[in-house]
Amino acid sequence: MSLGAHYTPYHPKWYRRRVSVWWWLQTWSYTRFVLRELTSVFVALFAVVLLWHIWALELGPEAYARLLVRLGTPLFVVLHGVAFVFVLFHSITWFNLAPKAMVVRLRGKRMPDWVVVGSNYAAWLVLSLAVAVILLRR
Amino acid sequence: MDLSACDVLVVGGGGAGLRAAIAVAETHPNLRVAVISKVYPMRSHTVSAEGGAAAVIKPGDSLEEHAYDTISGGDWLCDQDAVEAFVREAPAEMLRLEHWGCPWNREPDGSIAVRPFGGMKAQRTWFAADKTGFHMLHTLFQTTLKYDVIQRYDEFFVTKLLVDEGRCQGVVAIELGTGKIHAITAKAVILCTGGCGKVFPFTTNANIKNGDGMALAYRAGAPLKDMEFVQYHPTGLPFTGILITEAARSEGGWLLNKDGYRYLQDYDLGKPEPRPVLRSMELGPRDRLSQAFVKEQEKGRTLEGPYGHYVHLDLRHLGEKLIDKKLPFVRELCLKYVGIDPVKEMIPVRPVVHYMMGGVSTDIDGATPLPGLYAAGEVACVSINGANRLGSNSLPECLVFGARAGKVAAAFAAELKAPSPSVLTQAHDEERRLEEKFRRGRGAKERIATLRAEMHETMEESAGIYRNGPALQKAADKLRSLQERFRHLTLDDHSYTFNTEQTAALELSYMLDVAETIVQSALQRTESRGSHQRTDYPERDDKNFLGHALAYRAEDGPPRIEWVPVTITRWPPGQRVYGR
Amino acid sequence: MPATVALAVARYRPEEEPAPTLQTYEVPFREDWVVLDALNYIKDRLDGSLSFRWSCRMGVCGSCGMKVNGTPVLTCAAFLSEHLPGPIRVEPLDYFPVVRDLVVDLSDFMRKLKKVKPWILREEEKPLAEGEYRQTPDQLDAYKQFSMCINCMLCYSACPIYGLEPSFIGPAAIALAQRYNMDSRDQGARERLEILSGYDGIWQCTFVGECTKVCPKNVDPAGAIQQYKLTSAVHWLKTLLPWGAR
Repeated sequence: MSLGAHYTPYHPKWYRRRVSVWWWLQTWSYTRFVLRELTSVFVALFAVVLLWHIWALELGPEAYARLLVRLGTPLFVVLHGVAFVFVLFHSITWFNLAPKAMVVRLRGKRMPDWVVVGSNYAAWLVLSLAVAVILLRR
Repeated sequence: MDLSACDVLVVGGGGAGLRAAIAVAETHPNLRVAVISKVYPMRSHTVSAEGGAAAVIKPGDSLEEHAYDTISGGDWLCDQDAVEAFVREAPAEMLRLEHWGCPWNREPDGSIAVRPFGGMKAQRTWFAADKTGFHMLHTLFQTTLKYDVIQRYDEFFVTKLLVDEGRCQGVVAIELGTGKIHAITAKAVILCTGGCGKVFPFTTNANIKNGDGMALAYRAGAPLKDMEFVQYHPTGLPFTGILITEAARSEGGWLLNKDGYRYLQDYDLGKPEPRPVLRSMELGPRDRLSQAFVKEQEKGRTLEGPYGHYVHLDLRHLGEKLIDKKLPFVRELCLKYVGIDPVKEMIPVRPVVHYMMGGVSTDIDGATPLPGLYAAGEVACVSINGANRLGSNSLPECLVFGARAGKVAAAFAAELKAPSPSVLTQAHDEERRLEEKFRRGRGAKERIATLRAEMHETMEESAGIYRNGPALQKAADKLRSLQERFRHLTLDDHSYTFNTEQTAALELSYMLDVAETIVQSALQRTESRGSHQRTDYPERDDKNFLGHALAYRAEDGPPRIEWVPVTITRWPPGQRVYGR
Repeated sequence: MPATVALAVARYRPEEEPAPTLQTYEVPFREDWVVLDALNYIKDRLDGSLSFRWSCRMGVCGSCGMKVNGTPVLTCAAFLSEHLPGPIRVEPLDYFPVVRDLVVDLSDFMRKLKKVKPWILREEEKPLAEGEYRQTPDQLDAYKQFSMCINCMLCYSACPIYGLEPSFIGPAAIALAQRYNMDSRDQGARERLEILSGYDGIWQCTFVGECTKVCPKNVDPAGAIQQYKLTSAVHWLKTLLPWGAR
């Protein structure tokens, strides 16, 4: 709204506030939301690293060894640490939101939220255990 | 000034108004129909109705019984031809609302569920939990959206009916957002503006219920009928006046005095049983329950709090499951507004002004004596409610008579040519009055809040549950002087944009007019009947008062009262018997 | 317990000033007063020119939504005692144009509501003489929650997406569309799909979730939108299949 706009009788002069670029810093819940959105970057990062692994494997054992050395440098360790925290945040927040998006009905009755959340965590645990078993068996 | 025209103009966007607008759109789709309302339609006070809506649907019930319950509940002041039409058409209207999507509570087999209600001999009250009015209003409003022919003037405040050549031809209104004055001409006008509970200090009614339509019709020369009959709902929360629905009692709630005693058994309302019994004890009619409270107070058996005397409504024995299923709003209101959980604690309640049995006098089709002017819903008095309305009859009344008025007004409008241009002179006069009164009226000294508070006090003292001649006469004089002082009103707000102080001033002037008709009618009815109890005339007097008081506006001085007889078809006046 | 409490109230007088300002009023503190009572005290005793909407004072008409200390609430249910020591900041709802003081313009929502066709759509109407549509308590339960919306606009005021992208249909309107989609009597889901899945529909929503948090009636519009995303995605997948319906 510019100062040049004048009121004329019988005509509305509405005031519209512009949304600030920093709107997401106004309340913690907005900030948390933006952080949750940001986690997708780190999920993508993990995917890229995985692709890198495959690519290196295809190039041969030496290339793969070089990759492992590079991943062992402090920069990548810190990056992985940060990414892990974000991905954990990603999983937990989305699991907790799952019952909003998915309504499970059994014989017409809506399942309580904790059942939906719980089954997500259970699936997560089972898959993680399966991966752990495969890796640790070697 | 802005000019626009339509064929049928509905003033008010609540249950009756929206039903009327749909009736016009369906029966005469070629007519231009408009709804003008001072609030967005979904804010209308129908939204606050809780308990339910009565219509005969279950086997074992009958139209005759519904009619008899209504007529005896109204202490034989109902016009029986209107009641017969009402009970006959209510079931189809309720079904229509079901077809439009109203989320009625259901039986396990998917059919409509009903609950008992005060003064009803059979279970016939349809309900949507305890938010029946809310669901009905939103269903109606959302349904009107599908009719492109229904035009809306949202947040327009009507200040005058345009009357020319002996018929109503439109309105003058202020567009709140801009302050612009509009003249909207119409071939027929239907008033659906609701009641006037805000004339009293303690009321379940919303801030918008100021008797606007009643005053508009009264000023245009139409009479107000049965205005002395003011319903007190026995269970409102002290201070806020928030309504605790009658359904709380129909589901089994008890009214207890300070000794934990179900005191209604002392007032000829039956014997206390653990389970609710129809037409007995807590399921008696509202007038008798509110009167019992006053008697109990006189005996010193009520409790006293910061906002006066109260008794307890006990729902604890109903259990959490039933309360959450059938009375969730009661629990929500108690928790949010008074910090009480009815599952564990008793609710403090007192009688609160709830409903106007009286209103703009109409015939069975909603037509007022002024050609071109119709009325339906609480603003109207058909009369099916007589001296005391039964709970759950007002919502179906909005539907039945809203639909009737809509159809008849449409048929009337279809036959007419456009309004005469001479009405516009009147509109210009009204514009000048508004400008002079509210924009330039500086230097005066009376404040809205002061006058309103004095009116409240006057009405509470004189026109409450029990009345007497001297108090009413004193009130009549006081209201006259308040009318005089209103001329010296001063306003802080001189803006054109959303000037709520200006609308509050106009509403106050409406309320003062309506208050005068209430007091004058009550003064002249020297008998006791239903909700009108005169301590100086404690008996019902069918010989002299089996009739309706019509209040006409007098040029200067209090309203003039005329009498018309009650229409009796099949039920001669008898004794009201409850709990026996 | 303090004797008085200060209210810093947003004023906007379009005839006089280019932008809103805050004005402070001192009102008596009472344990059972809500913010709306304090505003009425101001209007009656201190300054009759303060404009705001209110009606039922029991949380069902949806008129009195405002921001109190930055959070959108119904002022009839916001106790002064919950916002001590003050000053309590009272402002109009965010993201709507301000008409005057605490009054915002709702015409945008009213247009959007109509767009989602919030009424029962059927290929064929059952005649009234055949009675009611049967609907079991479980079928009622499937949409009941979404039918509780009072159109108070708190959810729009909490939705940064609506602020950034004003063409977004928004939480309440989508929840109401979903209310009819889930109603066993309705057959209009297909007709509402285009607007709901369109550019201004559900996919604008990034699931901030604040709409559900501020909703005074537990309608859960965020849930309605996410559930509809699932419906819409499944519908889209079906159209990719050779035998899928378009």
